[in-house]
Amino acid sequence: MSGDLVKVRDLAVRFVSRDRTVHAVRGVDFDLAAGEVLCILGESGSGKSVTLRALMRLNPAARTLMEGTVQVAGRDVVAASEREMEEIRGSLVSMVFQEPMTALDPVFTIGQQIGETVMRHEGLSKAEARKRALELLDLVQIPSAERRLAAYPHELSGGLRQRAMIAIALSCRPKLLLADEPTTALDATVQIQILLLLRRLQQELGMGVIFVTHDLGVAGEIADRIAVMYAGRFVEEGSVREVMRKARHPYTQGLLGATVHEGMRGKRLVTIAGAPPNLETPPGGMPPDICAFAPRCERADAACEQGVPALDGAFGTHRARCIHQIAEAVTC
Amino acid sequence: MSEIASTAPSGLIQAPARAPAGYWSGVFKRLKRDRLTLICAGILLVMLIMILAAPLIAPHSPYQGSMIRRLKPIGFPGYPLGTDELGRDMVTRLIYGGRLSWLLGITPVVMAFVIGGLLGIIAGFAGGWLGMLIMRVTDVFYAFPSVLLAVAISGALGAGIFNAILSLTLVFIPPIIRVAETVTTSVRVLDYVESARASGASVFTIVRVHVLPNVLGPIFVYATNLISVAMILASGLSFLGLGTKPPEAEWGLMLNTLRTAIYNQPLVAMLPGLCIFVTSICFNLVSDGLRGAMDVRS
Amino acid sequence: MLITILRRILYALPIALAVSLFCFALVHIAPGDPINAILPPDAPADVVDAVRKTYGLDKPLPVQFGIWLWKVLQGDLGKSLATGRDIWPDLSGALQNTLTLALAAAMIGFPIGIVLGSLAGAFRGTWIDRACVGTAVAGVSVPHYWLGMVMVVIFSVTLNWLPSMGASQDGSGGWSLDWEHLQHLVLPAITLSVIPMGIVTRTLRGIIGEILGQDFITTLRGKGLRRPGVVVHVIKNAAPQALSVMGLQLGYLMGGSILVETVFAWPGTGLLLNNAIFQRDIPVLQSTILVLAMFFVALNLAVDMAQSLIDPRMRRA
Repeated sequence: MSGDLVKVRDLAVRFVSRDRTVHAVRGVDFDLAAGEVLCILGESGSGKSVTLRALMRLNPAARTLMEGTVQVAGRDVVAASEREMEEIRGSLVSMVFQEPMTALDPVFTIGQQIGETVMRHEGLSKAEARKRALELLDLVQIPSAERRLAAYPHELSGGLRQRAMIAIALSCRPKLLLADEPTTALDATVQIQILLLLRRLQQELGMGVIFVTHDLGVAGEIADRIAVMYAGRFVEEGSVREVMRKARHPYTQGLLGATVHEGMRGKRLVTIAGAPPNLETPPGGMPPDICAFAPRCERADAACEQGVPALDGAFGTHRARCIHQIAEAVTC
Repeated sequence: MSEIASTAPSGLIQAPARAPAGYWSGVFKRLKRDRLTLICAGILLVMLIMILAAPLIAPHSPYQGSMIRRLKPIGFPGYPLGTDELGRDMVTRLIYGGRLSWLLGITPVVMAFVIGGLLGIIAGFAGGWLGMLIMRVTDVFYAFPSVLLAVAISGALGAGIFNAILSLTLVFIPPIIRVAETVTTSVRVLDYVESARASGASVFTIVRVHVLPNVLGPIFVYATNLISVAMILASGLSFLGLGTKPPEAEWGLMLNTLRTAIYNQPLVAMLPGLCIFVTSICFNLVSDGLRGAMDVRS
Repeated sequence: MLITILRRILYALPIALAVSLFCFALVHIAPGDPINAILPPDAPADVVDAVRKTYGLDKPLPVQFGIWLWKVLQGDLGKSLATGRDIWPDLSGALQNTLTLALAAAMIGFPIGIVLGSLAGAFRGTWIDRACVGTAVAGVSVPHYWLGMVMVVIFSVTLNWLPSMGASQDGSGGWSLDWEHLQHLVLPAITLSVIPMGIVTRTLRGIIGEILGQDFITTLRGKGLRRPGVVVHVIKNAAPQALSVMGLQLGYLMGGSILVETVFAWPGTGLLLNNAIFQRDIPVLQSTILVLAMFFVALNLAVDMAQSLIDPRMRRA
């Protein structure tokens, strides 16, 4: 596990406004090697999207406080000037968003939106940019590319829009692709097509990919490694096989139990009782930091409220943030 | 005044999801923190008390003038704000003038709120040919700039308080219909209204329980915004000689009759307009504050 | 595209018809016999009968409306009660003056409104926002006829910099682009510009604020676009709505200048209306309102079409 593409240490992100502070990310560490696919899995509000945006420093600048170390291809994202970030964004790192309808500018054509990226970063002329845009539409398998260049986002289907979004993201051959639930807004059949496309492109172009999702099935389909996020922290991390087969954190196990998958026919779906914690600073200041999952956890005892458990375990790269880790394999 | 068509504000169009139990206490809590809104509401309250208590607090008669003390400056002994072109006390005239100006400004909005709100909710909820008819007639009135419409109706009917109120009411009904219709339509298609309908609730119940509570708030906020416009427009009609008739005291009319005095006593001549300005801006800011406090999303 | 335009025109026609019906009705909602609105009260009985016949006032109302509309379409707006002259020549001169004033006010109010509104939208919640919004609220709350008087007191009476009355020194009514005429335009145009300034500020603040909050702005930043690049996108997204608001405001300026024209004795439609009201000259009132309303309907149509031309979301929908 070498951190030659991405290195994140002690990342904390807070959103501060006049009357409240939200601790969205509270200490995240991970590395990503070139060509590796990491999937960050979590419920909405767990901090996964915020973590992803922090890698590009895309959280709203005015009210975001970011601490820790974030390095992408050796560049310090936390300390970089806005100028440097503008250079990095779209060329070294780029992002695919969840909802292609709103993430694309409605009054610019697909061709213009791809073209402006390459013109911006590679100084291509209009004609060259157009040629590149055509190649890119072919790359993401948009049929009759010539015609689609002149189309506006609302004239395309959801699947085609997301392909166009991917084309924009890939237009300058980034080393790192960030994908923020790119399949969530799509129909089930289209989801699979987009996933297959992303996996093929990742292999062809050798990109590192960080993929955020709340869908275990999607994670299993595309990831090399999975990190499970809860209440602003990674609670479990390991290879796909390790996490899906031998989940060690009660929360991960709860997630697996709440998902429909093969071999479960006839069994009852189990849900996790309770709701994720509110990450706002309460009026009386932050309470002592404990295992965030303890209030919902069947295994919780007094020891769980003595502090935040460390992310580790006796299993090498498979680590969990729990003092009562589940030793036996989950049968499913 | 031309603002009425363009400020059918985007914030109002989306009806808030059903108001939760603590909604109004939340609104009041937010209002209490909004100092500017409180100050403006305070100014309006003081004004209201003063004009209601006019006969008790006015130092002089609003009609009795004197040729020998015409157009005295501000600070003249016994007449702190001077006298007008007929020697009448400005303090008294301004307090009494507020009565008519407020009446002319608020009555049409209240009437338009009731009539326009009703028609708009009917149009939005019933839809069909009835809704179509209401909205197309509304469109016709939208083809007139508001000032022009008010002047046209008042001009044809002739001067007078009643005619002025009538014409202003007609001016404000169409925009209120539009807002009411839009909000009602957006509420009507919400899932819980659909499900109430599916579970067999009567139209009356649906309107009373689901539609009205969600719709009245936005219409009300919009109407408070119109009061500011109505004050200016009403005084404007009087200024043109279409509202109140002399010797009644009304801010717009006073401004008109004092126009000749701008060379001798410019400061005195400006006072009635200042009153309109202050009232109008306070209503505007209170309306903005209300909208902010009632907007759940903010 | 052509179909869109045709559809909009078709939709505007019934409105135009209804507007003329309303103007026709103005004579009839005026108290008393409509004949009194056309003839002076002391007209002899045989003249009254003759006029009643020529105007078709003895016929049923729908027929009367038809006759009136037919005449209007041929450019015959009737005669003024006060002067006995044809209405159209006076009205067209007044229209030009009003248009001049409205355009001048728009050229002052719109740019200021655009700048203030964009600043407020871009810096939401900061003191810049509050200052811009404060200016806008003052602009829409100020009784502009009073503001006109304040301007006269300051710039004409006290400083003696600018004239306070009329459109030119000799009152000829003609207009040309020189200081002689421009100096008359300054005060009324500034006075008239405060309302559109306020409204454009408020609207643009809303539009810009909304656009900046949209997901695609994050995409643009994620692509590494610099600020000017993002601004291009914001402008193109804001343009259709901003254009429509400003088009409507121009219409309101035309129809709403009556108070300002009265204060400055500007020889436009407002002054014409004011005199008509004063003299109870209902035909002039009716014709002026008809022409202004028709102008507004046409302007609305033009704005609608321009909007569907520049907004791809509407163009092919």
